[in-house]
Amino acid sequence: MAGKAWRSAILNHLRKWGLSVSGEDKIKAKEVSLVVGALKKEPPLPRTFSRGIQTVTLIPGDGIGPEISAAVVKIFEAAQAPIQWEERNVTAIKGPGGKWMIPPDCKESMDRNKIGLKGPLKTPIAAGHPSMNLLLRKTFDLYANVRPCVSIEGYKTPYDDVNLVTIRENTEGEYSGIEHTIVDGVVQSIKLITEDASHRIAEYAFEYARNNQRASVTAVHKANIMRMSDGLFLRKCREAAEKHKDVKFTEMYLDTVCLNMVQDPSQFDVLVMPNLYGDILSDLCAGLIGGLGVTPSGNIGANGIAIFESVHGTAPDIAGKDMANPTALLLSAVMMLRHMGLHGHAKKIEASCFDTIRDETVRTGDLGGNSKCSEFTEAICQRVRDMD
Amino acid sequence: MAAHSAVLSMSKIINPFWGGRLGNTVKVFGTSLTSSRNRHTPPPAKYGGRHTVTLIPGDGIGPELLNHVREVFRFSCVPVDFEVVHVNSAMESEDDINDAITAIRRNGVALKGNIETQHTMAPSVKSRNNLLRTSLDLYANVMHCQSLPGVQTRHKNIDIMIIRENTEGEYSSLEHESVPGVVECLKIITRNNSLRIAEYAFRLAREKGRQRVTAVHKANIMKLGDGLFLQCCREVASGYPDIKFDAMIVDNTTMQLVSKPQQFDVMVMPNLYGNVVSNVCAGLVGGPGLVPGANFGRDYAVFETATRNTGKSIADRNIANPTAMLLASCMMLDHLKLHDHATSIRNAVLITMNETRLHTADIGGQGTTSEVVQSIMRLIQSKGQLTSEL
Repeated sequence: MAGKAWRSAILNHLRKWGLSVSGEDKIKAKEVSLVVGALKKEPPLPRTFSRGIQTVTLIPGDGIGPEISAAVVKIFEAAQAPIQWEERNVTAIKGPGGKWMIPPDCKESMDRNKIGLKGPLKTPIAAGHPSMNLLLRKTFDLYANVRPCVSIEGYKTPYDDVNLVTIRENTEGEYSGIEHTIVDGVVQSIKLITEDASHRIAEYAFEYARNNQRASVTAVHKANIMRMSDGLFLRKCREAAEKHKDVKFTEMYLDTVCLNMVQDPSQFDVLVMPNLYGDILSDLCAGLIGGLGVTPSGNIGANGIAIFESVHGTAPDIAGKDMANPTALLLSAVMMLRHMGLHGHAKKIEASCFDTIRDETVRTGDLGGNSKCSEFTEAICQRVRDMD
Repeated sequence: MAAHSAVLSMSKIINPFWGGRLGNTVKVFGTSLTSSRNRHTPPPAKYGGRHTVTLIPGDGIGPELLNHVREVFRFSCVPVDFEVVHVNSAMESEDDINDAITAIRRNGVALKGNIETQHTMAPSVKSRNNLLRTSLDLYANVMHCQSLPGVQTRHKNIDIMIIRENTEGEYSSLEHESVPGVVECLKIITRNNSLRIAEYAFRLAREKGRQRVTAVHKANIMKLGDGLFLQCCREVASGYPDIKFDAMIVDNTTMQLVSKPQQFDVMVMPNLYGNVVSNVCAGLVGGPGLVPGANFGRDYAVFETATRNTGKSIADRNIANPTAMLLASCMMLDHLKLHDHATSIRNAVLITMNETRLHTADIGGQGTTSEVVQSIMRLIQSKGQLTSEL
């Protein structure tokens, strides 16, 4: 019957994308929590997905970028992930009209593939153009920065029960870049909060929570001081909460969140906040689990675009010396696999990575060992191959 | 105070004829003499040897904790009288807070609990705490975070002084809705205030024998605003070659604080980052119930808990931690030059915390507030000082 066929087709699709309706193929909350993706009205997944090899734009970046990208490509090969990489370079070029932009072939590639993986990009100090990350953000309207922070079992930090996600508004707020010197010695910086952007990020946060079986969303704000701006943000979050009654909604002051975060991070689930607080809090949470060298991150943009990246710097002092730690980029790539629905491969690669770190025999310098990047990569590849 | 009267009597000796009529000149000389001698001259609200201090109970746990402070003071025969001024946070008019400000101007020193800001009210009803700080120009918020041996924490050996600009920055409360749906909030950074706070930080660092001052900023993004702040700090740093100066971006700072907080010594920063960093540090040493804070202006000083929590959820349940408020009152006593009383109360508090290990719920114990306060008072009595009955 048409109805039943339709229903089973939907169930099949859901199962393929990693969500289940029945009990037995319920994916563990921890895994699903690393999925970045919202089932919106238009399918966010690229069309070529279900037919086999998926093309992903790879931006190696600068400094240690090329080495860690190569490491990730190698590991994916060993895991036989159905991913085809399209390498592109981003160096700012001046387009017609004098505006700085990214190379058109990169833009075209991203628009086609919809999914990207990016290494660290350096920001030249006196180049005259804004930072590359900012350019990418503006070009693809990357409005949400998602950083899941989960304690890594193999890497000991004073905090071992962290399992939260920070969702940060990425386009406006304090980072609008509007500043002027009113009088000599008095500088004014403008923080912009708009209804549209706040609405968008609030909606995204609740959809994310719903799709990843997260129980609650907490809005972080300072509305006691910044009444109108954070008040607007809070209002939009409340409105979104009304529409998503299955997810619990709380609001907390920024200082209370900071205070409680360093005492007991396990009480937090999904945090949504404007730009500046998001910047500080997401780095604080990254510090809780071990630093930027092990933290994955994803940026969601309009039109279904998603760029996953490692958030550490280019580390020019160790570039080219085979000393870099590819964990951050690898975990971001795993996040990307989950976003695309390739949970089996994601699980395999993530488990191999964590096992290798837990093993402690092959660790790069920043994790306290003295192995080379290639050795670490090889160890992970070996584990992946052994898993098959 | 003593110098003032000395100058007066000097003038009478030198000019017996003009004695009374030189009043104004003497006052001018008198104040310049006293202010150059010590920037924290005790305020003149002193009559019969007893100081008068403004007390603002605030909301939440403020009233009960300040009652305990008064109990301890009465018990230890501290020569301080409190002028209590209530501020009703539910009222829209600013009369209450203006009365409180007048009282502080009169007395010069205040001890306060946090006044709740109900952000469901109209945006024109500004935060009362912020109003107080800006009207009295309490430009420096000082907080000293130290690991206490009796408290279980993840990190040990923390000893950080945080100096936070208290009047401008993001807390300027200047907002407008230029177009419906678009709100602009202004963050103001001025050269004068940045120089002032940097000067305060370095002077304090030198006084306390500290080696290093770190400025916390976000000048890579807010190039003009935080850039100006950083520039002012560097200018002041050049005048203190014995103290090392460095700068750190705020997100890196929070990351370093949760992994290696022992590397920090003195930190100076604008208002909002100060809020974040001071709360992180308070959390690292054991929570909001342990750390006292002080707000200093040129002429006034207001003491309170460092993290400024109202604690509505634990109000009136006798489980709040009185340590922060009591240590804040000891800081106030030091400011009033009543050092003996300050030391005796502080020692009693620290012994209760570290040796007797009588802890309240927030640091993992089972004691009630009254038990802790009783223990403190018993310790003060046992040291043999003059006390009233228990």
